[in-house]
Amino acid sequence: MNFLNFLVAGVSLGSIYAIIALGYTMVYGIAKMLNFAHGDVIMIGAYVAFFSINSQSLPPVVAVLLAMAICTLLGVMIEYLAYRPLRNATSLAVLITAIGVSFFLQNFALIRWGSSPKNFPTVVPFGKITLFGGDLIISGEAITTILTCLLVMVLLTTFTQKTKMGKAMRAVSEDKAAAQLMGINVNYTISITFAIGSALAAIAGVLLCSMYPLLNPTTGAMPGIKAFTAAVFGGIGSIPGAMIGGILLGIIEIFGKAYISNQLSDAIVFAVLIVVLLVKPTGLMGKKIRVKV
Amino acid sequence: MKLLRNHRAGLDGFINYGLVLVFYFIMQFLQNGGNLTSTFTSQLVPICVYMIMAISLNLVVGISGELSLGHAGFMSVGAFSGVVASASLMESVSSAPLRLALAILIGGIVAALAGVLIGIPVLRLNGDYLAIVTLAFGEIIKNVINCLYVGLDNAGLHISIKSAEALGMDTAGKLLINGPIGAAGVTRISSFFSAIVLLLITLFVVQNLIHSRSGRAIMAIRDNRIAAESTGLNIIKYKMMAFVTSAAFAGMAGTLYALNLSTVVAKKFDFNTSILVLVFVVLGGLGNLRGSMIAAALLTILPELLREYQEYRMLVYSIILILVMLITNNDTLKDMKQRAVMKIKTVLNGSNKSTKAKQAGGAES
Amino acid sequence: MKMKKSRILALLLALSMCFALAACGGDKTPAPETNGDKAVLKLGFIGPLTGGAALYGESAKRGAEIAVDEINAMTDGKLTIEFNPQDDEHDSEKAVYAYQQLKDQGAQAVIGCVTTTPCLAVAPDANADRMFMLTPSATSPKVTEGRDNVYQICFSDPTMGNESAQFIKDKALASKVALIYNNADAYSQGIATAFKAKAAELGLQIVSETTFASDDEKDFTVQLQDAKTKGAELIFMPIYYNPASLIIKQAADMSYAPKFFGCDGMDGILGIEGFDKTLAEGVMLMTPFNADGQDDATKKFVESYKAKYNGEIPSQFAADGYDCVYAIYNAAMASGEDVSKMSAADFCELMIKTFSSDTFTFSGLTGENMTWSKTGEVAKNTTVFEIKGGVYAPM
Repeated sequence: MNFLNFLVAGVSLGSIYAIIALGYTMVYGIAKMLNFAHGDVIMIGAYVAFFSINSQSLPPVVAVLLAMAICTLLGVMIEYLAYRPLRNATSLAVLITAIGVSFFLQNFALIRWGSSPKNFPTVVPFGKITLFGGDLIISGEAITTILTCLLVMVLLTTFTQKTKMGKAMRAVSEDKAAAQLMGINVNYTISITFAIGSALAAIAGVLLCSMYPLLNPTTGAMPGIKAFTAAVFGGIGSIPGAMIGGILLGIIEIFGKAYISNQLSDAIVFAVLIVVLLVKPTGLMGKKIRVKV
Repeated sequence: MKLLRNHRAGLDGFINYGLVLVFYFIMQFLQNGGNLTSTFTSQLVPICVYMIMAISLNLVVGISGELSLGHAGFMSVGAFSGVVASASLMESVSSAPLRLALAILIGGIVAALAGVLIGIPVLRLNGDYLAIVTLAFGEIIKNVINCLYVGLDNAGLHISIKSAEALGMDTAGKLLINGPIGAAGVTRISSFFSAIVLLLITLFVVQNLIHSRSGRAIMAIRDNRIAAESTGLNIIKYKMMAFVTSAAFAGMAGTLYALNLSTVVAKKFDFNTSILVLVFVVLGGLGNLRGSMIAAALLTILPELLREYQEYRMLVYSIILILVMLITNNDTLKDMKQRAVMKIKTVLNGSNKSTKAKQAGGAES
Repeated sequence: MKMKKSRILALLLALSMCFALAACGGDKTPAPETNGDKAVLKLGFIGPLTGGAALYGESAKRGAEIAVDEINAMTDGKLTIEFNPQDDEHDSEKAVYAYQQLKDQGAQAVIGCVTTTPCLAVAPDANADRMFMLTPSATSPKVTEGRDNVYQICFSDPTMGNESAQFIKDKALASKVALIYNNADAYSQGIATAFKAKAAELGLQIVSETTFASDDEKDFTVQLQDAKTKGAELIFMPIYYNPASLIIKQAADMSYAPKFFGCDGMDGILGIEGFDKTLAEGVMLMTPFNADGQDDATKKFVESYKAKYNGEIPSQFAADGYDCVYAIYNAAMASGEDVSKMSAADFCELMIKTFSSDTFTFSGLTGENMTWSKTGEVAKNTTVFEIKGGVYAPM
């Protein structure tokens, strides 16, 4: 029974990683940059939701929508101010700028909202499910997280495969210059990608804090790094890859803790990542890169 | 043409040594005159440490062209092995400078070994996948050292990754590395002079490596891996050369760093420290050693200069970082900057030489 | 192109050098200042004000500021305090810089560091410079060990661990105990080590011992499941209140209701904005400070703190910071000397003499009649509270 409990914990933790990883992977796939500020956008989203629920007494659904709206705006703004001027610069320059943005958001939150933690109210309207006479307990938050994760993935896949905008995104990710020649507005497409990624970050923030109800300015940092790992694990740039990578990472983390060592759980997660990348150098679902001579 | 380039490379190298020496003498002069604040004095060794870190990372990121996000891991390995070495040699080597040199050497060797171990799997990968694996190794090193206990007693060194009690030391034993508490009560033997010497050695080795046959091979692989491979270059060998050299110097810098503070913990050498060093490298210019050194010095001093802003300090720091990245990398802004530099030059050189300067400038870029 | 960039950077370096030199051109030993006819004592403070541990440093700083405000507002006071807080980011290197900065700015004594690791880095420098240090919350015995100028106002880790085990045994709270602690934190690990040793000595059975390795740990399913399966009736968790609040919530989610027992780091759990206090019902903690205390000093402190900081409830860190300022102030007043003219070294000797003397006692928010040993450790009574109806009730 312990095994099933751990599995549930792993899958729900992994689902959160997956949603964050989706944001990473989309931005990477299209803008070819590692947006290290993504984890901090999550934190901002969670703060917005927290204050809408606690101080403004808005219903949770409205709070989530508000958080998504503000994060979308924030994401587009960051892209416009900090990343767009560097469109032709090396990817490393953009990476460092992203880190600067990440510092900025964390310290902004620290000054604006203080270092005291906030206890996030749950946004999930239903309680836990008890199975096998109390041996297996699945919390409402876990169910919501897993379902949301699945829904987000299906919607995103449909969006990128079926809609015009989605096609534009895929075109930009294949070849920016060629896409531009085909009449696609590259800057606009990238902005939309950031908007979607940041809206996902807001959802991830709310779910993360509903499940682990502690919110402080560094809340997004570690999940951000783990989700980045998950995105690479699954093959960065691939939507189903991010999903699978995220969930596997969550499961490995919990199982590593349970069956190998509490203290070395992070080391185990990263060791598995290394082994996977050695066997499949572009991640689980990554495309093989063919280099033409 | 080739001769000319070699000549310029040599000159460039000498300017670097010169800068370091000038830095040393100015600081010595100020210190002797009592004109240096204790804050700045306490920053001298860390500044040199970060310069060495930046130079060594530049070898991997700038010269070899591989993004490494786990450079602090090697610093950590060097720091802790250096601390253990220094404490173990306490009895047998009484001279502090000699003990420091030995500890730095040992720190460098252990870090180089770690570099070999990590380099074998890492260098098979490419691009961002390589970056994430270096990040992973950095985190693994941090996590493992956090659980590491090392003690020293009459019977020699004891190592455990469980707890201090598991070491089974006799009563005279001294705990050198105590898990999450790290190495506390380190005897501080680093000095500004030793830091400058190590910095010069690092510069010497890295500059000579870059301008050697191997260095050109490393850069050829960076610029076009396939072309380099087809001319028969052993890709892994040359990448390994850059990676392990870089790890060794990071380890030495780590030892210097640890022996300058009375306490070091594994947490210090986390992802953020790796990123910090990467910022030095990118800001200073990929492949530009002098730029790395200057950026390292500036960004180490900057947060201290911002102390008067109190809690807004790190906010201001992040804004400066973003702005500097934009100014140095945005095409429009770069153009503006270049034009401004030209204008200044024209004014300085007078109208006669201005055409010459322009030509030279054109040839340079 | 490369040449260009380095040229600009060189220019920047030159500029910043000027900046640095300008910064060091100032007076090295500023003349003692007087504020009207009152003498001024310059107190430095070092703690994490940014970064992941900012919470602890910020709380201690705020508590200290309340004390400074009170002292400076005294109409009959002879001494005012100039308070100079510096950020150490919970990092040894930055802590050394912060300390040197305080020295440059003429601090006469230092309150700090708030956390153990930076404190261990600063203490040798302070010892060599003869600068008095009173730490609000660096609990490791290593902080004071072998240094006559470093004093603690908090309990040391072994004391907390031993007393907790003794208390659990004496009150027969449980026969099977689980231990969850943060393996990457000196405070948590220090208490856990002492607790284990004492528990073995007392015959207290520890059935489950699990750890976590980061302050950002979020999921405690594994640790709780282990304790639950092995039938632990009480979970001893010498950890800070952030992870503790998550553990308590997750235990409730899995319908596991053991007794919880924590140490002073857990104080503050009721102050988390939005925390469901019913979850913490019955939680026991050994802490020197009680924000619900009915004595005048505590009430006054909590009121001023809430008024100044948007209604936040002060934690034990804040109370420690507050007590540190008053302890130094009282010691300075007790000596009867004009401390404002003193150098840091003279002030240090005076403080050492006063603090270690048998006659000096201090009563503050975190304890009555505290005395200090020659080694810098505080002696005060431990108190255990149980959370009942959302407030602390003495046990």
